[in-house]
Amino acid sequence: MSEQRPDGITPSQTVGPYFKYGLTPNGEYAWNDAFTNNLITPDVSGERIRVEGTVFDGDGVPVPDCMLEIWQADAQGRFSDPQDARALPNSSFKGFGRVGTDANGRYSFDTIKPGQVPDPDGKPQAPHILLAVYARGMLLHLYTRIYFDDETANTEDPVLALVPADRRATLIAKRKAGAANPAYVLDIHLQGDNETVFFDV
Amino acid sequence: MTLLYPLQSLAAHPPRLSPGYRSTVKRSPQKPLIPIRQTLSELTGPVYGHETVRENDHDLTIQHKGEPLGERIIVHGHVRDEDGRGVPNALVELWQANACGRYVHVVDQHPAPLDPNFTGAGRAQTDASGYYRFVTIKPGAYPWGNHHNAWRPAHIHFSVFGHAFISRLVTQMYFPGDPLFPFDPIFNSVTDEKARARMISSFDLENTQPEWALCYRFNIVLRGRNATPMENKQ
Repeated sequence: MSEQRPDGITPSQTVGPYFKYGLTPNGEYAWNDAFTNNLITPDVSGERIRVEGTVFDGDGVPVPDCMLEIWQADAQGRFSDPQDARALPNSSFKGFGRVGTDANGRYSFDTIKPGQVPDPDGKPQAPHILLAVYARGMLLHLYTRIYFDDETANTEDPVLALVPADRRATLIAKRKAGAANPAYVLDIHLQGDNETVFFDV
Repeated sequence: MTLLYPLQSLAAHPPRLSPGYRSTVKRSPQKPLIPIRQTLSELTGPVYGHETVRENDHDLTIQHKGEPLGERIIVHGHVRDEDGRGVPNALVELWQANACGRYVHVVDQHPAPLDPNFTGAGRAQTDASGYYRFVTIKPGAYPWGNHHNAWRPAHIHFSVFGHAFISRLVTQMYFPGDPLFPFDPIFNSVTDEKARARMISSFDLENTQPEWALCYRFNIVLRGRNATPMENKQ
C-alpha cells in the first residue's frame, strides 16, 4: 500500500496486570495459548534443556505479573525465519516461547540448547537465547540474553565482551547440579545491586 | 555503529522510569542499557502458521453462547513500518476490559459486573497488505489504585509482532476525545504530544456497518529498517 510515510512509531505501553487471560492463559481462562513455554517439537535435534528462574523487582520482591518471551536458534544455529537465508527447512522447531511468571515470580522454558549464531562479521557468538521482559510497571519491555555457564565460547563472545566483567554473570545461566534432566537457572533482577544487564538495541 | 533498525525510532517510547505511574519506580533498571550490534538473533523473529489464528479469533462477540453486553464496534487498521510499508502476516493480539470496565482476570476486583458472554481476548493476522480487523465491544473506563481517584481511560491492549524480535510492540489503543486523558499517567508517560496521538484511534464513519456497529481505525507503526527495502516474510 502506498500510504503516507508515518511520522514515527507507535509508542509502547505496559502490558498491565491483566494480560494473563489474553497472552498466557495456560488453561486457566476460556482462551487458547498462541505460544507456550515448551518449544520442544518431536523432530527437533539437540540437547533438551530447561531454563528456569525468578524475576525480582528493585526491592528483591518476586514479580508475579511478568511475561517473558524467548527467541532462539536451533541446535545448528539456524533461525526458523525465512530472513535467515541459511535456515534448514527440515525441523518444526519454531524457536519462540512465552510464559507468565507464577505467584512466586518463577518461570521456566523447556527448549533445546541453541547452536552458535554468527555476528555481523561472521564471527561465531556463544550459544544464547534472546529474552524480552514485560510486566505491569514496565512501560517498555527490556531485552537481555541468556548464556550458559558450561560454554567455553563465552570467553570469545562479542556481545559478552561489551559487558563489564563484574556484570556478565547476570547473563549466564548456571547448570543445575544433580538435576535428572539438564537444567539451567537464571534469575532476572529488574533493578538493584544484581540488576540484570539489559541491552539498548 | 550503523544499525539496521535505528535506535532513534525508540525516542517515541515512554521513559521506563515514569514516577507518576508508581509501579515503574521499582521495575525500571537504574544502570545504563548496553548498546550492542544487531545480529541475526535480533534481526529475525517468529513465524506462525494458520494454526496460531483460528477463523473466528478476531471476533470477540461470538466466543460464548450469547452476545456480550455493550456497544459493538469494529476495530481495524494498518500495521506498517516507519517507511509506510505494510507488514503482511503480522500477528496482532488484543485483550481488554468488558463494557463495564471489568477484566475477566482473577486479580481484577473492581466491583463492576463480569459478562459471562465476554472474555475479552482476540487474535488476528494482517493480510498481504498489512491490514487487520477485529469485532468487539467498547471497553469501559475503570479505577485503579495508582493515586486518589485514578481512572484509566478506556483502552484496548495490543501486542504486535513485526519482522524482527526487536520490532516487537505492546501498546494500548485509546478512543478519541476521552476526558480522562489529562489525568492518566500511563497515557501521559509518552512525553511527545504527536507520539501520544498515535495511540488514539480515529472514529471511522466510512467503515461503520449501518444498523450494526460503529468503527474505529487504529494504525500501528513498527520500527523500520532504515530506508532499504526488505523482503517480506512468507
